[in-house]
Amino acid sequence: MYLLFILLFPLLIGSALLIFKPKNAFAISLAASIIELAATAFVLQEASLSPVSFSAPWVAEAGLSFSLYVDGISGVLIGLCALLVPFIVATTANTDRANNSQFQGLMLAMQTALMGAFLAKDAFLFYFFFEASLLPIYFLAAIYGGENKNAITFKFFVYTLFGSLFFLIALVYVYLLTPGEFHSADIEVLYQTAKGLSADQQGYLFAAFFLAFAIKMPVFPFHTWQPDTYTVAPAQGTMLLSGIMLKMGTYGVIRLVLPMFPLGVATWGLTASILSVIGVIYGSIIAIQQKDAKRLLAYSSFAHVGLMSAGILSGSIEGIQGALYQMLSHGINIIGLFFVIEIIERRTKSREIAQLGGITQFSYPLTVTFVILSLGSVALPLTNGFIGEFLLLKSVFDQNLTLGIIAGITIILGAVYTLRLIQKSMFGNVSRVTADFADLTFAEKAVLIPLSALVILGGIFPSTVLGFSEPAVQQLIQWFK
Amino acid sequence: MSLLFLIPLLPLLGFAINGLAYPKLPKQIAGIIGTIPPLVAFALSLQLFLNFDGQAQILPIADWIKVGSLEIPFAFQIDQLSILMLLVITGVGTLIHVYSIGYMSHDAGFGKFFAFLNLFVFFMLILVLGANFTVLFIGWEGVGLCSYLLIGFWNQKNSYGDAARKAFIMNRIGDLGFLVGIFLLIQDFGTTDYQTIFTAIKSGDYTTDLSIIAFCLFIGAMGKSAQIPLFTWLPDAMAGPTPVSALIHAATMVTAGIYMVIRANALFELSPEVLHFVGWIGLATALLGAAIGLFQNDIKKVLAYSTVSQLGYMFMGLGASAYTASFFHVMTHAFFKALLFLGAGSVIHAMSDEQDIRRMGGLKSKMPITFITFMLGTIAIAGIPPFAGFFSKDEILASLYHHDPIMWGLAIVGSALTSFYMFRVFILTFYGEFRGTEKQAHHLHESPITMTLPLIILAVFSVGGGLINLPHFAGGNEFLANWLAPLLPEAGEAGEVNFLSLEGGAPLLAAFLPAFLAIYVFGMQKSVPSEDAEISGIQKVIYHKFYIDELYDMLFVKPIAFLSNFFFQVIDFLVIDLFVEGLGRFVKYASSEFRRAQTGNVGIYLFCMVAAIVVILFVSLKSTILP
Repeated sequence: MYLLFILLFPLLIGSALLIFKPKNAFAISLAASIIELAATAFVLQEASLSPVSFSAPWVAEAGLSFSLYVDGISGVLIGLCALLVPFIVATTANTDRANNSQFQGLMLAMQTALMGAFLAKDAFLFYFFFEASLLPIYFLAAIYGGENKNAITFKFFVYTLFGSLFFLIALVYVYLLTPGEFHSADIEVLYQTAKGLSADQQGYLFAAFFLAFAIKMPVFPFHTWQPDTYTVAPAQGTMLLSGIMLKMGTYGVIRLVLPMFPLGVATWGLTASILSVIGVIYGSIIAIQQKDAKRLLAYSSFAHVGLMSAGILSGSIEGIQGALYQMLSHGINIIGLFFVIEIIERRTKSREIAQLGGITQFSYPLTVTFVILSLGSVALPLTNGFIGEFLLLKSVFDQNLTLGIIAGITIILGAVYTLRLIQKSMFGNVSRVTADFADLTFAEKAVLIPLSALVILGGIFPSTVLGFSEPAVQQLIQWFK
Repeated sequence: MSLLFLIPLLPLLGFAINGLAYPKLPKQIAGIIGTIPPLVAFALSLQLFLNFDGQAQILPIADWIKVGSLEIPFAFQIDQLSILMLLVITGVGTLIHVYSIGYMSHDAGFGKFFAFLNLFVFFMLILVLGANFTVLFIGWEGVGLCSYLLIGFWNQKNSYGDAARKAFIMNRIGDLGFLVGIFLLIQDFGTTDYQTIFTAIKSGDYTTDLSIIAFCLFIGAMGKSAQIPLFTWLPDAMAGPTPVSALIHAATMVTAGIYMVIRANALFELSPEVLHFVGWIGLATALLGAAIGLFQNDIKKVLAYSTVSQLGYMFMGLGASAYTASFFHVMTHAFFKALLFLGAGSVIHAMSDEQDIRRMGGLKSKMPITFITFMLGTIAIAGIPPFAGFFSKDEILASLYHHDPIMWGLAIVGSALTSFYMFRVFILTFYGEFRGTEKQAHHLHESPITMTLPLIILAVFSVGGGLINLPHFAGGNEFLANWLAPLLPEAGEAGEVNFLSLEGGAPLLAAFLPAFLAIYVFGMQKSVPSEDAEISGIQKVIYHKFYIDELYDMLFVKPIAFLSNFFFQVIDFLVIDLFVEGLGRFVKYASSEFRRAQTGNVGIYLFCMVAAIVVILFVSLKSTILP
């Protein structure tokens, strides 16, 4: 029942905000997201002892059930989602947005969709939430976005929908093979069923599944919707997309693709890994010369997720554990970094790197938190990013030496574009737009300081999370072997 | 032993206090809070040193990364090597903190500076205390971060920021090699623990080619210790405040590569071709650095190239398996190079931030303590007996003599260059007429006690530091060699040196003759290096550091910038996205074509419907009636 609560509570409050349009929507939304976090923490506490599940009939005639499940793997993801949403909501403090209740309502509705995808144990339920999440984020971006928002969000919407179509067809195919009069879409039944398929069949199914997730993450060359969408969406939309939503893709590969189609991975995994690693280097190189800070971070996110994808596809315990840890770290770091850019844009009305400079003279706290978040992003030891990247790079390296070394170049290129962004914005001379830059407000500090603390804590105490997810990952690997 | 954890923890605490309280904390308090941690850490290290029973100890601190069968704990290793490094880091570190109280007293970022210095000491201590390669890597990258923060300390100046980024990125290139080395170690040994790995290596219990691992680790050392081809960041790093140059870019951080090779000597000993490579890279770097140092006119740049060159000597020693000699030189170099940098800082401080030796001269009488200590440092680095640099460099040279006479000969040449450029700087700075501005002349003064005291102490060590490994012929007992012996292979060190032979005489000549030459040219002839515009020919090429920066710019920086724009504007926008959009347009086009079928004529709709029903019925009946 707790699972039902953490699934539906944000939607409930979100709908109320959408319908009643209260004045203090921000406070309600923030309170709701904190309650959600507390409830999720409670669930995770339970789940650390043994998996927690909830099941109710859904479409019994088709063997579909409304079953939710928290184990070590989904636990990390719902933890990520519940942890980040309060911060994302808090970044809207003191912003006088027209129709704020609608904005807050959409964010909370989004949270339910994201939680649903991570909680689902029935593959169709996963599909349902996977698609449902498109609606709130579409409206967030299309209503509140920047220049050229309609064309860009439309492309994003259609592109991801297009990918999911193949996923759906392939899913139905496996589902129809499941035993019993009514069939079943329970993921473990699907694992069992798919195991019996030939390598060829698994290969096709792998391609269909992976395409959907590759678009969502995105993996090279299915990424061209991403930089535009991240750039045009309102900051909070971008945070939801990059911090949480893209993890539906990586999660999908861990939860469905690896255990269902081990032979497919054996055949096509390396190809997919190579594409992922191309994305790592390609995205990093593009980020080096970006003029728009937000677009730079978009490409950086693209590069980071490519490494997660390659690590997962290695199928090793280090790869999957590293990816899970990196999903968490990347979520924390990227929303912090997008918020820094948002803060700069609020004050200077500019995101153009060349126009900035000297901000540290006005805001020491902003510089310090920005540097810490960036260090997490470039995977310096004793930051959260190091743990994930270390394990991911090791897994790719163990799988294929050359690919591992190429992927490793990301630690150099990442430093190149990140340090450039820091120097051009924070250091150097004060520019026309950064003159009289106002120091951080309390609300801004309340977001950036805890996030920065998490960057460091995550680098020192990774075993809390790694230990939590390890048993479930070990179990998952059994399906793969 | 139980207080051991305080050694790295105190500087971390100092960092936290000064970092969080900046800029509210008054300077005096910030300076004290910054200086106490390395001082207490030094006292604790000294106690550790005095009570050490010769037995290496592993101190597990906590779990860190634990996935599957891979376990990487936070653990410290206390042994002969780490204890000596602790003493050097905290000892020289303390002196430089004290010095900084005076040197940075006018700087608005005073508290921040001490915070960064403390953070550096913390990471440097982690580097040498770690009991496995991954913990070493924490310190390794951490000191790189501090180096970045301190080079770019005066962050308003863009060129300083560029130098800081360059240092970080070049180090990261090396770090990638190091990381690959770690992965290879894990593949073969399942761990990164020193003891497990070295025990396995010594008992022949390994499967991969060790030389690949050694080579990867050495790539890391090339970055951190500024060896060819990754050395160009170090001269630029002089953008940082001078105490930083002394502590990080001379005495401690840049010697981390040598520390690492000595630590992993079991691995390198079984990779002779890599050791060979290490030696030649060291030699090439030593000569290149010394050559460029000949014509530099920025006092700090001369010292920077000198550091690059001296680090080359240490690697040469390693290449000849003379681990003790290299480590001996690490220690003496820490003393005299820190002294020289701090002396240079004292001069720069007095000269109102002037760094060009062509604008100096005659400072001898104005700042006597700086003058005398700088002189002692110069004599020490030139390799003139019985100063510290003589003994340590001579040991490296002696081992080279037996290892490879060609290397030895070239190393003697480098040694001669060193002596010349150091006396050149010394004479041009302190003797002759004052060549600066009226205003500078008026402002000239000896530095305060906080700055001169560290100079005096370091000068004492620069003079007498040779005692720690004084050879038998000079009445010593080779303390250092005996102390380090349990960690090192048995062969490799050179025996007694006869000063009347070529082996013993050449280094002496290489030290004295160039010194006299420099004294003659710059002291007696009173010649002053020409202005930038007048430099020409080969001298210009050397003055511009052989245009290596420009070469790298052409080979790496520009192509990557080009690729970045090409990927972004051409591949992303014109190739991939055009295809995606094209697919969308095709659907749109197809829909507009299919739309024509929807004529609105009910008759045609009905006809299609009936036709479809017939087909469906036929198909389904066929499958039921005719199985």
